[in-house]
Amino acid sequence: MKFTLDWLKEHLDSDASADEIGKTLTMIGLELEGMEDQGKALSAFVTAHIVSAEQHPNADKLRVCKVDAGTGELIDVVCGAPNARSGLKSVFAFPGTYIPGKDMTIGKGNIRGQVSNGMLCSNAELELSNDHDGIIELPEDAPVGMKYTDYAGINGVVFDISITPNRGDATGVYGIARDLAAFGLGTLKQTDMSPVPSKGKSPIAPLPQQFGADEPKTIRKFSGRYIKGVKNGPSPAWLQQRLRAVGLRPINAIVDITNWVSLGWGRPLHAYDADKIQGQPVLRNARPGETLDALDNKIYSLDETMTVIADDVGPLCLGGIMGGIRSGSTDDTVNVFMECASWDPELVARTGRKTGIVSDARYRLERNVDPALTEPGLELATRLVMELCGGEPMEPAISGEDVFPDTSVEFPLAEVRRLTGLTVEPTIVTAILTRLGFEISGKGDVLSVKVPSWRPDVTQKADLVEEVMRMVGVDNVPVEPLPRLSHVAPRMLTSIQNRRRIARRALAARGLDEAVTWSFISHDEATRFGGGSEGLQLANAIASDMTDMRPSLLPGLLAAARRNANRGLADLALFEVGQVFLSDAPEGQHTYATGIRTGTAKLGGSGRHWSGKPEPVGVFDAKADLGAVLDALGHDIDKVQLFAEPAPWSHPGRGGRVAQGPKTLGWFGELHPALAAELDIDGPVAAFELDLDALPEPRRKATKTKPALDLSALMPLTRDFAFVVDKAVTAGAILKAARGADKALIKDVTVFDVFEGNHVGEGKKSVAIEVTIQPSDKTLTEEEIDRISAGVIAAVTKTSGGVLRA
Amino acid sequence: MSLDTQIATLRAELSAAIAAASDEPALDAVRVGALGKKGSVSALLASLGTMAPEERKSAGPAINGLKTEMSGLIEARSAALKSAALDARLKAETVDITLPLQPAPTAKGRIHPISQTIDEITAIFSDMGFSIAEGPDIETDYFNFTALNFPEGHPAREMHDTFFMKMGVDGVKKVLRTHTSPVQMRVMQRTNEKPAASYITPPMDPPIRVVMPGRTYRNDSDQTHTPMFHQVEGLVIDKSSHIGQLRWVLEEFLKAYFEVPNVTLRFRPSFFPFTEPSMEVDVQCDRSGSEVKIGEGSDWLEILGCGMVHPNVIRNAGLDPDIYQGFAWGMGIDRIAMLKYGMPDLRAFFDGDQRWLDHYGFRPLDLPTLFGGLSS
Repeated sequence: MKFTLDWLKEHLDSDASADEIGKTLTMIGLELEGMEDQGKALSAFVTAHIVSAEQHPNADKLRVCKVDAGTGELIDVVCGAPNARSGLKSVFAFPGTYIPGKDMTIGKGNIRGQVSNGMLCSNAELELSNDHDGIIELPEDAPVGMKYTDYAGINGVVFDISITPNRGDATGVYGIARDLAAFGLGTLKQTDMSPVPSKGKSPIAPLPQQFGADEPKTIRKFSGRYIKGVKNGPSPAWLQQRLRAVGLRPINAIVDITNWVSLGWGRPLHAYDADKIQGQPVLRNARPGETLDALDNKIYSLDETMTVIADDVGPLCLGGIMGGIRSGSTDDTVNVFMECASWDPELVARTGRKTGIVSDARYRLERNVDPALTEPGLELATRLVMELCGGEPMEPAISGEDVFPDTSVEFPLAEVRRLTGLTVEPTIVTAILTRLGFEISGKGDVLSVKVPSWRPDVTQKADLVEEVMRMVGVDNVPVEPLPRLSHVAPRMLTSIQNRRRIARRALAARGLDEAVTWSFISHDEATRFGGGSEGLQLANAIASDMTDMRPSLLPGLLAAARRNANRGLADLALFEVGQVFLSDAPEGQHTYATGIRTGTAKLGGSGRHWSGKPEPVGVFDAKADLGAVLDALGHDIDKVQLFAEPAPWSHPGRGGRVAQGPKTLGWFGELHPALAAELDIDGPVAAFELDLDALPEPRRKATKTKPALDLSALMPLTRDFAFVVDKAVTAGAILKAARGADKALIKDVTVFDVFEGNHVGEGKKSVAIEVTIQPSDKTLTEEEIDRISAGVIAAVTKTSGGVLRA
Repeated sequence: MSLDTQIATLRAELSAAIAAASDEPALDAVRVGALGKKGSVSALLASLGTMAPEERKSAGPAINGLKTEMSGLIEARSAALKSAALDARLKAETVDITLPLQPAPTAKGRIHPISQTIDEITAIFSDMGFSIAEGPDIETDYFNFTALNFPEGHPAREMHDTFFMKMGVDGVKKVLRTHTSPVQMRVMQRTNEKPAASYITPPMDPPIRVVMPGRTYRNDSDQTHTPMFHQVEGLVIDKSSHIGQLRWVLEEFLKAYFEVPNVTLRFRPSFFPFTEPSMEVDVQCDRSGSEVKIGEGSDWLEILGCGMVHPNVIRNAGLDPDIYQGFAWGMGIDRIAMLKYGMPDLRAFFDGDQRWLDHYGFRPLDLPTLFGGLSS
């Protein structure tokens, strides 16, 4: 919210400097977002007259203007604003002027072949408001060549503060002054809000509130006042300048008065042209199909949850949000019906959300507006209308009741120290709360504190502690170490937390880069990778490629691979350790470690090299990565179960599943060529997925002692065997059979050769294994070794159906 | 021919032959010809047996001397030949060591700055006695809002730009968590129910000290906001913790994290539904150059939100706010990573651009520890 120093001083008697006020605002919780001496910042801008505006020959949306800026000659200016037209008075910046809203200095230029020596400006470019719909429009009688700051009365310090949602009371300058006064930065000044005598009966009766028992009812109290015979028109300079300085466009005296009360006291009003109201207006909820042609020139569809002020024709105003064009006050308005109503903040917020209207009224009413101001606010506005526009006020037309917070808090003074560590004298606590408007009764250690009507956010002890603390200053809270619970911290990470850390480091150590990709992917990708169910779809996705929670990390990594390939990086090794969503239930969230290698990005290196030919990545690269992560996590890929059951994304003959008991741990393989084509990925991709949540918890042991190391003093010996088996027989089955032939003496079995060819027979292959035999307590005799060899041959031929190769 | 002449001739012949042997086999042939069973020196030695004792007395040493001498020459020649052969082999094996290594982008795996920053945060807080707590990304409205004292329809809810899920099979309407704060309630709540999954931190009894890093989501996107981002939440619940200690914890953390001797913090009263009193915290910094320097200068940078846990939240957890109290804070992981390491654009964090990852990523063994220093 913006306000000027002048305006603040109307409510606060204070000698404080602008800097001091700015600092204090932040320290008491009204965060200063900006403070600027507008007169200085905008001193170079002048009022100007667009003498002519013609279509730019080379650009549809630009106009070539001749501008009189009081220099005695016409200046050529190219302008893109839709409202740049002949005869308009606006604001001009000479070349060399700094444009704050654009953070640039305008120069002499040539825009699409037309000379442009300066710039016609919008309010946004001057940082007076967010209005960038067009250049500033000044009245026809505005002088030419005058400093715009002098013309508009922009001269002084403007504060811009941000207001937290609980502080509806600070949405008016008066409330801000009250906080500053409570801090001790001056004295709060009161304004006359006493009733203005009426001149007769109101032509508009109190508005009936027509609501069914079950209907949402946004209105609480409606107070309206008919003011007869006003003379509307532009408001006086002081009011126009005040509004302009905070970024509002002056409209006419009546409307400007409503804005002045809204900004000054945080009390929104609405002024109807009474002559445009057909019949007796009522308060009711909108009917299906009703619309409102609102003051922002947009048409809104209303529904039966939204309260409107309606006449015989239909809705005049969307309650608490925005008025309609049909009954708006104009320069010609003679009879005014001024509304000052209180509304249910929650329902105002709901209507605001539904319609998407952001208005000054909604901003205030959905926080909270002091219910004690409903009638005084109307009196204040009436008084100013009479002062500026004359007219005769009729009796107020009032229906409904305000809702006052009726909160008293039993406040033990010790609470301040308990929650903040701050010691504050009881007299200071009492003084602070009193200045903020709290009524204090009782003495001793526990005070009884009555909350004022403008602070419904204060409901309990902790709220009062905050009030005291923000006035004393959080910086005055003494810093105190948090005592340790134990001197050396115990283990702080859980198994899964450690697994993630270790998996990341293990994969990075193998040359893969860690990516972090979006948790949401497109519906198409989600479906391809096994997801896409209703419960995992966003109801309000931000983009069409971010609609579904990912069932796999592969789509994100593959998309990253595609982007990298498009930048010329085709040999890529990427991984992510992150959450996937198998269902929308908490247990449906798992952490996967997933990696891809593309092109020739193998462990040893990628690309062409003098040492050898680059090899494309393949299934064994993926298996090696998966094995490395498993090893880092304490599992041996040769000891878990491997199945030739590829993942749906995998090449059917070049992929596998890793399991332990009934649990699938992961998959590895080459990306299915058809899927790669659909995903627009060129070249080979080797990938693996490991479900870190599926890994078994390490067994809890009584001690950390490792099993005793049993080392043999005897030399191990090896024997080689080659078997001819059917092509379908897996190496895994042969290894398992050989290992099982003598569990005590056979220490290791490895495959050292595999080949197929005519000489081993159609549909056959030769698998050669090396068996390592480790004698335990004595050297083995030839007979013993022969017996073990015979056992290996028997076990393998039996399992594989193959024969020992001669 | 006298024996002396014989020995002298043989010495001359053999010496020449040994010197002329160009390789081991040739040398071996000379050795066999001289010292073998039928060798010339061996024959001479054998002739000793036929000599008279007087004659043997002088001939023995002379012949044995010849044998020793020739053996020595052969050994020396053999060593010289071996050495020359090794020299030749080494010369042949010489390579151009300036040849480049295999150009391997894949040999330079890097850890993402977000993971590194989480590890840094974990290192600091675990040393201060905080454990790491976690909850699900897809949350119920209850844990994300209601339990945290966000009244239905309150503008504070709207400030969160929530992503809503379509209705799931269980008929419970869920959201993507807008902050990590729901984990607070999962940790604090009094319940005997076991968490649905092992990654979800089970409820704890006070004293509670946890930090909660994780992914969070808001329907918002520009240069400094992405629809997905990372937050870390902290929570202390016991019977005495207050704002003075909150200030200490945050100061100590920020000093350790930014690896600077001092930080100056500015606490501003603010509003969060789940804390009371609530504060936003700015850190003093110098933004005059191209890098943000924490701990010096005269600018303020908003860095986190915090406060005393709201009595309603403590109550919602099933604890008595007149007995239990504590504080909580939350900050953006991506944001403090950007501040420390100078990444300009948040959106690039999630692009997976290898050039970015290689530039801003961390080496796999750059494991942040307090004893080794958080960053190298």
